[in-house]
Amino acid sequence: MKTEELAKLLATGAGTVEPDAVARRYATALGWGAFGAALLMAIALGVRPDIHAAARLPMFWVKLAFAGSLVVAALFATSRLSRPGARLGWVPAALAATVLAIWLVSALALIGAAPSERERLVFGDTWRSCLLSIAMLSAPVFVAVFWAMKGLAPTRLSLSGAAAGLLAGAVGALIYALHCSEMAAPFLGIWYVAGMLIPAAAGALLGPRLLRW
Amino acid sequence: MNKEGRGNATEERLRELLIRGLAGDTAAYHVFLRDLSAHLRAFFRKRLAGLPDEVEDLVQESLLAVHNQRQTYDAGQPLTVWVHAIARYKLVDLLRRRARRDLLSDPLDNHVDVLSAIATEATEARRDLVKLLERLPERQRLPIVYMKMQGLSVVEAARATGMSESAVKVGVHRGLKALAAMIKGER
Repeated sequence: MKTEELAKLLATGAGTVEPDAVARRYATALGWGAFGAALLMAIALGVRPDIHAAARLPMFWVKLAFAGSLVVAALFATSRLSRPGARLGWVPAALAATVLAIWLVSALALIGAAPSERERLVFGDTWRSCLLSIAMLSAPVFVAVFWAMKGLAPTRLSLSGAAAGLLAGAVGALIYALHCSEMAAPFLGIWYVAGMLIPAAAGALLGPRLLRW
Repeated sequence: MNKEGRGNATEERLRELLIRGLAGDTAAYHVFLRDLSAHLRAFFRKRLAGLPDEVEDLVQESLLAVHNQRQTYDAGQPLTVWVHAIARYKLVDLLRRRARRDLLSDPLDNHVDVLSAIATEATEARRDLVKLLERLPERQRLPIVYMKMQGLSVVEAARATGMSESAVKVGVHRGLKALAAMIKGER
C-alpha cells in the first residue's frame, strides 16, 4: 500500500474525536479501579469500626487530604505523560510539596513527643500490614490505569509507568485510610509513602514492556 | 523566509486542518495526513541516511500512530511538539530494535525541525499494509474494507457485513490498532 493510499484510508469515515477523550478514559479507569479497591477493602479488611468517632478527629481528615492530594497530582502526571510532547510543568513540585508537608508535620510531632513515645509514633501497631495492604488495594487501580494509558500515547515509558503506579498507590492509600486506625503523622509519612512506592516501582519496571505502542 | 518562520506557517495550517479533522471534517483530515506524511518523510530521511529502506515504512507506521492516537492531541498544544514527540518515539523505537543508534546522522532534539521540510516523492514501502490487513479477523477486516477502502457509511457497511453499526465502528477502531500492533510485532 502506498502512503498516499494509507492517508486516504485513515481519513475515510474517520468520524469525530471528543476533545475530552483522554479525561473520560481516565475517569472510567479510576471509577472501576477505585470501585475494585473499595470492594477489596470491604471484603478483606473492613472499614474501621470506630469510623464515626474518628471522623471527628482532624488527623482522620489529614490522612484523607494527604492521600487525596497525591491522587490529584499523580492523575495530572499520568494524563500529561499520556500525551506526546506534553510537559509535566508544576506536577513534580506538587507531588514533592505534598510529601514534604507530611514530613514537616511528622518532624514536629516527633520533636514534641517524649523520647519514649517516638518509636510508637513511627511504627504504630500495623506498619507491616499497612505496607502490604496499600500495595494490595492498589492492584485493581493499577490494572485499570495501565489499561487507560496503554490506549493513549506515552513516550517516556518508565516514567509513565511509575506515574501510573503512583496513582494506583495513592488511590490504594486513600481507600486504605478508611480501614487503618493509625493516627500519627510520622506513620503516614513513612509507611503510607512506602506503600505507594511499591506499585510506583512496579510501574516503572513494567512500563517499557506494557505501554509500548 | 527563515526556517522557523516557514515552520510557523506550516504549523498554523496543519494544526487548523487537524482540528477540523477531529471535529469530523474528513476532507481536511485527509489533507492533514497527506501533507504530514511529506513532512515525516523528510524528517526521517534526514535522520535515517544509513537506512533509506526503512523510511517509508516508518512514515506509514507513524501515520497510523498519529491516527490511532489522535485523541491525545490537545488543541492548546503546538502541533509541532506533538508530532515531533510521536515521530521521535517511533524513530527511537526503530533504532533501539535495530540497536544502531550510531546511524543517526542528525540530532533528534529540535522539534522545530519536524515540520520544516517536505519530501513528497515516496519511495516504495517494503512492508505491504494490504497483506497485513488480510491477516486481521473478519470482524475487523470487513469493516475496514467496506468503510475505509470502499468508503461506505457505517449504515451501509453494517448492511453489507450483517454486523451491527456499533460492531462495525468497533471493528474499524480495533482493526487499525491491531494493524499497528502487527507492525510492532514483526520487527
